[in-house]
Amino acid sequence: MNLLGKLSWDAIPYDPIVLGTLAVVAVGGAALFVFMTLAKKWGWLWREWLTSVDHKRLGIMYIILAFVMLIRGFADAIMMRTQLAVATNGSEGYLPPEHYDQIFTAHGVIMIIFMAMPFMIGLMNIILPLQIGARDVAFPFLNNLSFWLAVSGALLVNISLGLGEFAMTGWVAYPPLSGLEFSPGVGVDYYIWALQISGIGTTLTGVNFLVTVLKMRAPGMKLMDMPIFTWTCTWANVLIVASFPILTAALAMLTLDRYLDFHFFTNDAGGNSMMYINLFWAWGHPEVYILVLPAFGIFSEIVSTFTGKRLFGYKSMVYASGAISILGFIVWLHHFFTMGASANVNAFFGIMTMIIAIPTGVKLFNWLFTMYKGRVRLEVPMLWTLGFMVIFTIGGMTGVLLAVPGANYVLHNSLFLIAHFHNTIIGGAVFGYLAGFAFWFPKAMGFHLDPKYGKISFWCWTIGFLLAFMPLYVLGFLGMTRRLNQTDNPDWNIWLYIAAVGAFVIAIGIAAQFIQLFLGFKNKDKNLDKTGDPWNGHTLEWSLASPPQFYNFAKLPQVEDIDAFTDMKEKGTAYQRHESYAPIHMPSNTNAGPIMGLLATAMGFALVWHIWWLAGASFIGLIVAFICRAYASNTDYYVQPDEVARIENEHLDNVAKG
Amino acid sequence: MSQHDHDAHSHGSVSSYVIGFVLSVILTVIPFWAVMTSAYDRATLFAIIVVTAVVQIFVHLKYFLHLNFSKEGKIDTLSFIFTAIVIVMVVALSVWIIYESVLMMMY
Repeated sequence: MNLLGKLSWDAIPYDPIVLGTLAVVAVGGAALFVFMTLAKKWGWLWREWLTSVDHKRLGIMYIILAFVMLIRGFADAIMMRTQLAVATNGSEGYLPPEHYDQIFTAHGVIMIIFMAMPFMIGLMNIILPLQIGARDVAFPFLNNLSFWLAVSGALLVNISLGLGEFAMTGWVAYPPLSGLEFSPGVGVDYYIWALQISGIGTTLTGVNFLVTVLKMRAPGMKLMDMPIFTWTCTWANVLIVASFPILTAALAMLTLDRYLDFHFFTNDAGGNSMMYINLFWAWGHPEVYILVLPAFGIFSEIVSTFTGKRLFGYKSMVYASGAISILGFIVWLHHFFTMGASANVNAFFGIMTMIIAIPTGVKLFNWLFTMYKGRVRLEVPMLWTLGFMVIFTIGGMTGVLLAVPGANYVLHNSLFLIAHFHNTIIGGAVFGYLAGFAFWFPKAMGFHLDPKYGKISFWCWTIGFLLAFMPLYVLGFLGMTRRLNQTDNPDWNIWLYIAAVGAFVIAIGIAAQFIQLFLGFKNKDKNLDKTGDPWNGHTLEWSLASPPQFYNFAKLPQVEDIDAFTDMKEKGTAYQRHESYAPIHMPSNTNAGPIMGLLATAMGFALVWHIWWLAGASFIGLIVAFICRAYASNTDYYVQPDEVARIENEHLDNVAKG
Repeated sequence: MSQHDHDAHSHGSVSSYVIGFVLSVILTVIPFWAVMTSAYDRATLFAIIVVTAVVQIFVHLKYFLHLNFSKEGKIDTLSFIFTAIVIVMVVALSVWIIYESVLMMMY
């Protein structure tokens, strides 16, 4: 038996692009390592951040992960667009098919699972407990573990760049292509274990936050008093709990097919590959609503804050989100109408899909009515919201078009589809997260982003998006299918060139995003948010300092209104000084999360390369680490009243100074 | 974290377990008896078995799993119903989809 399984020197890809990337990563990593060592920051990083169970810090780390993976995923995107702009009229371009196929697979997996999900979960982590007046989530250690499982999956995807290969199957990994016969390499195995490990983390997050909203709301806050962002996150968590186990099961069956010669999805021995497609989308469709519902919540908060009004139709917003969640769970067949189900099946799923446009339309009108006769402040978050309302509406309407089974037979797998889902995911989810990022950044960090570059970023993203994806609608109608490596149709060329230009404009938008962060940090002292309420906010998170006190609320707030903080400000009960405080019970940081995440990475890596001893050892290690944590006794501590009083008075003094 | 709810749910009493047990026995004996007497045709037999089985599921849920709609027990009941609906939706729609697609392939 070989100690290293299938792993050998041949695993390193001798491709100039990959080696160049690895060199850059190595230099950057070394620079970071030297900097951290010289600044003696390793201990601080470990104690204060990596082992933290504080939902706010975990949220910030999730968003850092999302930005890192955004760079990786966007690098893939721009390589694809330049390849397609170069490889026209029958020329081959610079990316050979086996590399190109890995790139479009990695792009999809990274953007959905390791960019959008961490971004959304990060924002939810930071804000949701604050909005419901809780001191932390229900299971703080579990929250830390979820984060590390997400990192573990992201690490596996990135390791695949330098060791072996990634899947060449597209992000959906349909069998028989993803089966052992047609994908004998390690690519699909990397895919499976990266998704499996991070998916379990996501399920745990869903459970954690559902329990949090059910059990830990501030006194007086009924379910129908929860802020709208909390509500949309809650619906998303319901969908996570309902759908992620399906992905886990589908991937487990694919794993058995690949590792133990099972036949769930092979045509031999009675398997049915259609079942994989069916199960994948039974998860995959709810997944896109998991991404977009919290974004809808962010837009709702922003629209109401920046128009200085209550959200129009709060209740209809909550019910519309619920309707979208339920409908979103029974439409998945529209991803494979062309599989050839019967007319009845296609009609059912087609109609269900079209019906989703109704609650979504309700939301759009609610936002418009909120703005009606409001005093709109065109700050960066509001710009993203307005851009979203235009772009997402286009994407929604092309979605209804695709929901018609007859039209779908023509447009399936064409670039029209690619344009549609980028239109909804970028224009809906990503714009929402970037809006939320600008909106809550001062809350999380205590100072403002640079607004000028925020606006530049918005315009570059919007114009770049239109340039990059509107041509794809045209190309779809002209008959171009997705995942092509090269083309030889002169009619397509001009649209491919425009799309490539659009990708570069988006690149400027992403760069501006980082510049606004950089300038924010650089001019930190000038842009401090001392009051904790920079936008005249409506909900409880704005009643705290920026960044919030680590225990969040010194005294749990009494909630009497949906816009709880507005209500307090109007009644004059905001910013109350208390004579005395009770000790606050807090969870201690724990190194169990990062250790288990590392062990999970090792286990995934070992399983990819068939290093059985390491897989077994790290699996046992995982269980031992978990048992140790379960029996640990010093998992909590109390913050004493005098320390609480000191921190609270400091914040209230800052507020008084204005 | 370290605090657990000890008082949240009733775990039943001897009498409730006995009632549940007796009802379960009755609901098990009826279909057995119906099959063994062979006094009924297939369709009736099938209906008897299905109805008693479904009723027995509810007996188990109430007397053994302690699901109820009281203030404390509601959340357990709701999460059970949620799970059931999700499973029914995924399984039923999947079976329908694959069944119909097989029909389309074959004929």
